[in-house]
Amino acid sequence: MLSVRIIPCLDVNAGRVVKGVRFKELRDAGDPAAIAKAYEQQGADELVFLDITASSSERDIMRDIVEKTASQCFMPLTVGGGLRSVENIRDMLNAGADKVSLNTAAVLNPELVSESSSRFGNQCIVVAIDAKWDPSVQTWRVYTHGGRKPTEFLALDWAREVVRRGAGELLLTSMDADGTKAGYDIGLTRTLAEAVEVPVIASGGAGNLDHLVHVLQEGKASAVLAASIFHFGEYTIEEAKQHLARANVPVRLTGRS
Amino acid sequence: MTDASAQAPRIGILDYGMGNLRSVHRAFLAVGAAATIVEHPHQMEDKEALVFPGQGAIVDTMRLLRERGWTDFLKDWVQADRPFFGICLGLQALFDFSEEGDTQGLGILPGSVRRFRFSLESGIKIPHMGWNDVVFPDGDDPLLEGIRPDAEQFYFVHSYFVEPAQAGLVWGETEYGGMRFCSAVRRGNLIATQFHPEKSQEMGLRLYRNFLETLKTSCG
Repeated sequence: MLSVRIIPCLDVNAGRVVKGVRFKELRDAGDPAAIAKAYEQQGADELVFLDITASSSERDIMRDIVEKTASQCFMPLTVGGGLRSVENIRDMLNAGADKVSLNTAAVLNPELVSESSSRFGNQCIVVAIDAKWDPSVQTWRVYTHGGRKPTEFLALDWAREVVRRGAGELLLTSMDADGTKAGYDIGLTRTLAEAVEVPVIASGGAGNLDHLVHVLQEGKASAVLAASIFHFGEYTIEEAKQHLARANVPVRLTGRS
Repeated sequence: MTDASAQAPRIGILDYGMGNLRSVHRAFLAVGAAATIVEHPHQMEDKEALVFPGQGAIVDTMRLLRERGWTDFLKDWVQADRPFFGICLGLQALFDFSEEGDTQGLGILPGSVRRFRFSLESGIKIPHMGWNDVVFPDGDDPLLEGIRPDAEQFYFVHSYFVEPAQAGLVWGETEYGGMRFCSAVRRGNLIATQFHPEKSQEMGLRLYRNFLETLKTSCG
């Protein structure tokens, strides 16, 4: 049976992982490639690097990191953050990324989703959607710039549009739930997951392992993205998977801790 | 690894211009192959095995293979039962016909390639993406050394699947959306998988390593 995927996400700034990752087995807790390797050993199913580097000159560093990681880690790697053109995307794929995640760039230029998916294949193109409940229209609206800037798009319409344009997967972050540790936004996740053919990765709000169960079962997500609950050593990937298995969620157990 | 490099199996990884083969290349290097990327058939002269890691659209793949002179070479290579490993589109392209763009394939293996069809209401996602079980009914196989034939998961990402016209070609099977499809084929020294061993961590690398071992055995 197809397993749900547990995907740790690393925020990388100028070549260093920024949200402190606390793995006792790591000598350098800021080295993205070393952290990636540690997560692979824990049985992570995929990995996401989110490049939060401000300047484009530092983007070359990200390419090196992707190269280094891809030569040590044999699992799918997604890179997001600051990719604005087909050339940016091609560079990351050539460096060893399996997929790229597009967010603001897709909102500003939806044609980028169409062009890049037809050029590199749908499976390479993830569209990240940051959504927030808008009481004035009683539905979720798409935001950019880390949830600060509202767009003209409603989340449901936007999800359908990017899938029509060739997105192979959606990475959905609830701006209402993000950072609360009170659980994923089940309503938002389920609404989008039921509206599109492609898999939806849920993100934002994970505080404990039951939250993962809820968004996978009731929210119909195909995968969960999580940062802090793994980075700070609260739970290992294997513990999360054992918990999901007990709740009858299909997971890939590698027998490691 | 340096000690073994003198006898390391020499494999060519087919680059027909669709881009990213580096993950396959890196994985074969990691398991000790003398792996090189080959763009033209003449570069295969001193190679023992051919790896065909397809990706992208099959229409473009078939066109590029033709333009670069690979079509007949691939047919002859397999006809001579020389070692071959196809991955993803490198499996699908071997068959007669694909529903993707109604495309003629290489016709090396009998059968066709079909698209998954599930209703939106079913909640079964397309592409089939993630880790899924591969069951190898004939578990007694040197290629499966260290791999449990009924209990390992490998990484998939695809919207089309192969339907061989000969049952004997089916090497591994996978269930998705209430159906069972052929996720690996084998015929003599040809193997091809729908899943991506290079993205399947330890078990994927093991399959590549086992493939290299069979080369050493067959070459004495």
